[in-house]
Amino acid sequence: MTEKDTTATAGSAYTAKDFASNQEPKWCPGCGDHAVLQQIKSTLPDLGIARENFAFISGIGCSSRLPYYMETYGVHGIHGRALPMATGLKVARPDLCVWVATGDGDALSIGGNHFIHTLRRNPDLNVVLLNNEIYGLTKGQYSPTTKIGMRTVTSPSGVIDHPFNTASLAIGSGGTFFARAFDRDGKYLRSIFNRAAKHKGMSLVEIYQACPIFNNSAFEAFASAENKAENTVYLEQGKPLVFGAASNKGIKLDGFKPVVVDLEKAGLSQSDLWVHDEADINKAAILARFADDLSGAESSLPRPMGILYAEDRVTYEDALTAQIGDAQAKGAGTLEELLRGENSYVIK
Amino acid sequence: MTDTTTTSRKVNITPKASVSVLFAGDSGDGMQLTGTQFANTVAVRGSELNTFPNFPSEIRAPAGTISGVSGFQLQFGSKPVYTPGAKFDVMIAMNSAALKANIKDLHRGGIIIAGTEGFDEKNLKLAGYPEGVNPLEDGSLSNYIVFQVPVLQLTREALKESGLSSREIDRCKNMFVLGLLYWLYNLTIEGTAETLRAKFKKSPQMAEANITAVQAGYNFGDETEIFANLGRFDVAPQKQHGVYRRVTGNEASAIALAAAAKKAGLELFLGSYPITPATEILQNLAKMKKWGVKTFQAEDEIAGIVSSIGASFGGALAATNTSGPGLALKTEALGLAVIMEIPLVIINVQRGGPSTGLPTKPEQSDLFMALYGRHGDAPMPVIAASSPVDCFYTTYEAARIALEHMTPVLCLTDGYLALSSEPWKVESPDNLAEIKPRIQPARKPEDPPYLPYKRDEKQVRAWAIPGTPGLEHRLGGLEKQHETGNVSHDPDNHELMTKLRAEKVNRIADSIPLQSIDNGPEKGDLLVLGWGSSYGAIKTAVEQALEQGLSVAHAHLRYIHPFPKNLGTLLGNYKKVVIPENNNGQLVHVIRDTFLIEPVGYSKVKGLPFNEMEILEKITDLLKEL
Repeated sequence: MTEKDTTATAGSAYTAKDFASNQEPKWCPGCGDHAVLQQIKSTLPDLGIARENFAFISGIGCSSRLPYYMETYGVHGIHGRALPMATGLKVARPDLCVWVATGDGDALSIGGNHFIHTLRRNPDLNVVLLNNEIYGLTKGQYSPTTKIGMRTVTSPSGVIDHPFNTASLAIGSGGTFFARAFDRDGKYLRSIFNRAAKHKGMSLVEIYQACPIFNNSAFEAFASAENKAENTVYLEQGKPLVFGAASNKGIKLDGFKPVVVDLEKAGLSQSDLWVHDEADINKAAILARFADDLSGAESSLPRPMGILYAEDRVTYEDALTAQIGDAQAKGAGTLEELLRGENSYVIK
Repeated sequence: MTDTTTTSRKVNITPKASVSVLFAGDSGDGMQLTGTQFANTVAVRGSELNTFPNFPSEIRAPAGTISGVSGFQLQFGSKPVYTPGAKFDVMIAMNSAALKANIKDLHRGGIIIAGTEGFDEKNLKLAGYPEGVNPLEDGSLSNYIVFQVPVLQLTREALKESGLSSREIDRCKNMFVLGLLYWLYNLTIEGTAETLRAKFKKSPQMAEANITAVQAGYNFGDETEIFANLGRFDVAPQKQHGVYRRVTGNEASAIALAAAAKKAGLELFLGSYPITPATEILQNLAKMKKWGVKTFQAEDEIAGIVSSIGASFGGALAATNTSGPGLALKTEALGLAVIMEIPLVIINVQRGGPSTGLPTKPEQSDLFMALYGRHGDAPMPVIAASSPVDCFYTTYEAARIALEHMTPVLCLTDGYLALSSEPWKVESPDNLAEIKPRIQPARKPEDPPYLPYKRDEKQVRAWAIPGTPGLEHRLGGLEKQHETGNVSHDPDNHELMTKLRAEKVNRIADSIPLQSIDNGPEKGDLLVLGWGSSYGAIKTAVEQALEQGLSVAHAHLRYIHPFPKNLGTLLGNYKKVVIPENNNGQLVHVIRDTFLIEPVGYSKVKGLPFNEMEILEKITDLLKEL
């Protein structure tokens, strides 16, 4: 199915092109999926993993076409079910590096049950959730992340369903890694993918991307050049939460309440601010809640970007492998023992 | 140590060819354990055996009521027995509800052993007897031989020195009954004593008390005069020498999956969600970690099968097990497995439907769903097991077909097979069929491009397993181009692929055995064509019909899709074909549709398996019409 040489070479010798299949992406022009695909292809050579040991799994939706464009093993499955398929693959084959491409409809609506359960089990999967707050493939219906009031073909009077807060849902479900980035973040996006790939456990990267056809302004408030500096805060481990075009604003914790402060006006220095600790689940829960502030007021909280939370916890497949190891401590069972069982008897 | 001597005074011992026994009592009376122990004892002695538990769907149904009755039926014999018995010869009734619920299935002249404490005013009321009516005293049981035994009182007497609490002592009353039955059927208590010592390893006091109760029951039979006229019975053991184990259908299915994986040199992965009556397959496999078995209890039925598809893509022998409502949830994923053309075993342990239906009762009503229950043209092999032991062979065969033909395979069993048990002469590893999946070898740079949907002469594509250099490829639910596997919306290609997928399944008929006649003449008046768990009842009924000189034969289908190649010819050798089914007529449609003949349907949709008497009656009636 591909004309070029597909023989494995050492991981470091690959370039992004080695991970491109011979199939042309069929996404709309201007769709963020193109950029995300490119950053994933650019990330893989840095991981030092032979190409035949990658697998990309997806469900249904625009984003779920991604495996077809990767020159790796892959399955484009059924709607909402990418996570259990990836789990089964990872459990059967812990040696593989398994990625999942999914969207807000696939992961959070039809696949919502799998989403929460896979997070708590923590298999070592790299999950890329492309959130455009709309159903694109079925042409413009609202999704579980669409904002209240938005008029779509299925909400002509405006959406009345309260949207999911993806980060809160993930952290509340026992997820061990949550990061957020924009499709247009370029190298930064790649650095997030790199961290996600190296996280041992389920890493969830939520990507904010507009749908140029059905929801082009979804993230205008954060992503556009004029708004980005004022309305986002890029998290860095061990660094204070500073943002603003002049780096003049910060976040301070007033008890459990995050407040935006103007450093100059308040006469504060950066050392007075909230310092990011991605291992702190309580702070991560508060950071996740920043997204609930939709007031757009001057004092509203910026949208946190980067790694909100990362926790080191045993993976599902490692725990299972350990149990099998214990059971086989005195040697694996033979077929004869299996057939005979423990309660056999002899008729003489 | 408790004395376990079993010598008895001289009582007449009458030989019997076979006996069917029902242990019935309240859910809390330990009837399942009692029945299991009795079954183990006769099995180890070398009797032919078939057992069937019957318990309420509620975990703790109201004590003393009809809905709380728990039963364990078994038939053991000197000749092969294929069912737990259409009616029983002996009934243990620990309370009045147990008697009321089961008396209709006791042979006229049969024996009732009634635990009298279960017939007090309170229990009679709970069982729904009118005030002042006690079946043990009103003459309504005059057609039976009734023994009233104060089981509880005698157990308390026997265990008064045991040091157990009165509650613990009372719980031993089932063991007293077991001992009495051992005496009645000339069996020894050693095996049970050994089992009890192992079971209560941490509490020797409890073990000895239970053994004392068994011995007390035995001694009661030996010493009391009430059985003097009846005497004792003996069912001589007949089994050929060898190593045996007693398996239920669900145990046999689980063993088969693990064995098939071993034989094929693969890991076994089971993705599953608990559902009655299929759950024991997951439970049994979860215990097989020593054999490297990986089980995944998923969040729902869909994740159960989809995780298995993921594991199969990864190169494991992957399976999922479920029952009707779960199979309904899995249907979209079945279609995915069909179009991906990957190996997958789906065991559907059928139960009464539709919807939640009769969750604890068997039925054969998922045949249509198995054959047709997917959107699109999505053919899939369907095979069905006919006995608890056959669950091993049929499940193993399902795995072989899946792996060698790169297809999902639906293996049908049911709640009756799942919970019934029989002795199985343990199979030697060498006797198991070889399983040779077609695994694509690594590709070298100079080799031509890998074509995921290139087929062999059986129309089977090869399995390219992740981690193999040079075989990177994408599968999925979108229609694929012939050979290349690229996404294709080409009209001609879709028609071609649809036909190729069907042809691949049809060609499985080339590698399965021809249909045989189980019993009876190769040409004759009537053929009883069965599938699934009706095997035992049909087998027994046809044996009896043949003894009566009737022109009847029995054929039992394992392969339902595709059918064995000779089935049409075989059916034509009889004037009439009757198809008994625990559904409203499903196989009968398929046979009519496939062979353009007019078989007679015989439906039973009561949540109960057929019994041999019903089948024999049908055979007799149909032959009269000819």
